[in-house]
Amino acid sequence: MGGVGLAYAAAIGYPIYRYLNSPVEASIQMAAVKDVTLPDADKLPKGSALMFKFGIRPAILIHHQDDSWVSLDAICTHMGCTVAYDPKKDHIHCACHGGTYDAKTGENISGPPPRPLTKYVVAVTPGSVLITRAQHG
Amino acid sequence: MAKTTSYLVERMGLEGVLAAAKEKTVPLHRHSAWYYWGGIALVCFIVQALTGILLMVYYRPGPEAYESVRQITYQIHFGWLIRSAHNWSATIFLLSVFVHMFSVFFMKAYRRPREIGWFSGMLLLLLGLTFGFSGYLLPMDDLAYFATKVGLEMPNAIPLIGPPIANLLRGSLEVGEHTVQRFFALHAVILPMLYLPLLGLHLWLVQKHGNALPPSEETKPESERKTIPFFPNFLVKDFAIWLVTLNAIAICAALFPWQLGPMADPLMPAPEGIHPEWYFMSQFQTLKILGGIFPGMAGEAIGMVLFTLGLVLWFLVPVFDTERPVGKRGRQTTNFGLFVVLVLIVTTIWGYLGVR
Repeated sequence: MGGVGLAYAAAIGYPIYRYLNSPVEASIQMAAVKDVTLPDADKLPKGSALMFKFGIRPAILIHHQDDSWVSLDAICTHMGCTVAYDPKKDHIHCACHGGTYDAKTGENISGPPPRPLTKYVVAVTPGSVLITRAQHG
Repeated sequence: MAKTTSYLVERMGLEGVLAAAKEKTVPLHRHSAWYYWGGIALVCFIVQALTGILLMVYYRPGPEAYESVRQITYQIHFGWLIRSAHNWSATIFLLSVFVHMFSVFFMKAYRRPREIGWFSGMLLLLLGLTFGFSGYLLPMDDLAYFATKVGLEMPNAIPLIGPPIANLLRGSLEVGEHTVQRFFALHAVILPMLYLPLLGLHLWLVQKHGNALPPSEETKPESERKTIPFFPNFLVKDFAIWLVTLNAIAICAALFPWQLGPMADPLMPAPEGIHPEWYFMSQFQTLKILGGIFPGMAGEAIGMVLFTLGLVLWFLVPVFDTERPVGKRGRQTTNFGLFVVLVLIVTTIWGYLGVR
């Protein structure tokens, strides 16, 4: 009796779960991109930042005053708000709960964020900037 | 009139209802004012249902959500007023529900035979807060977007089952058009389907058991207790309060129209000074305080455990405090209630001072 009930629950529940989960599966595929090319981003002035989408996630490209380029995931590791680059203080700030990150390494400096921002690999070429997911291991 | 009444009474079998209405009385004492807050919540809920139906005529969930709310607010005649009334009635609804809950708590109106009234009321409160959370995203402006992102990080933090639940609610790894579509279905179909029968049960129980006496009245001999007839005396006062509530909603909606922020853009940073609605401010500030004390996600985890524990204790109060007249357990319960009120008020004010 219990087994029949379980079979019915699974037969009804599984298609409903897959139906509701369809866009989630699509977004997982979209999030799996390995690199993004940003046309003309090499012209980004020093001391400024550019927001872009890496797959479906907001990301940030920063051209520092010392001519170094850094790209980081722009979602706060605390509660998921989009972070902002503060050129005056040269750090990354989250307005939701006041967390701050190092603008060069992505390390969490103060406030509640538990982890650093994920860092991407930046390759600047004339006419574009290529952002690549860092290889681990 | 008399003919019509007798026609309806005979055909609908209302003799019992009329007899009960004639016999029904409401206690009269210095705490009687607290009896009206459930009715205030009810009238606010009716306004929300009516304005919600009107908003549904133009609202388009999904990718056009923001544009449709912009049209309602700035192009459709009186659209701004309908939307504002919907939001203000929601605010006053939750305020009156909280006052109603605390008055029931301190009058100890959860003791036998009213336990199920308390349990159903608590479930209605949780559903009411879910109405608020799901409705907040629907305009898809920047505040709505980030409030939902932060809110959905809570289930996301539960190990193993949390992320798939959060993904199912979002309909994606990120808040977007699928989330709006889902939240609209939740807000306008699923929640009302759950809420209305539960509200029916709650109201029936109130009629069945009548208004509870506060402990200070219970100790008086029956001869010293005063009552007024429910029909028409109490009902007339109730209607008067309902009119005051309607006027308050109308004044707030007209003089302080609900704002629509810029369209949500995941690439735009969260706006400075972002904070939740007042009814989530206490939890927001408590998490902020705990986040400052404990490193990493430990603060959030401790906060979530505290909230859950507090809520379970609050829910189970009728099981713990059953004494009549009030004894040691009764006094402990009252002190717990006073502590909860104090924490809610202090953290809410602290939260608002912090975002200024």
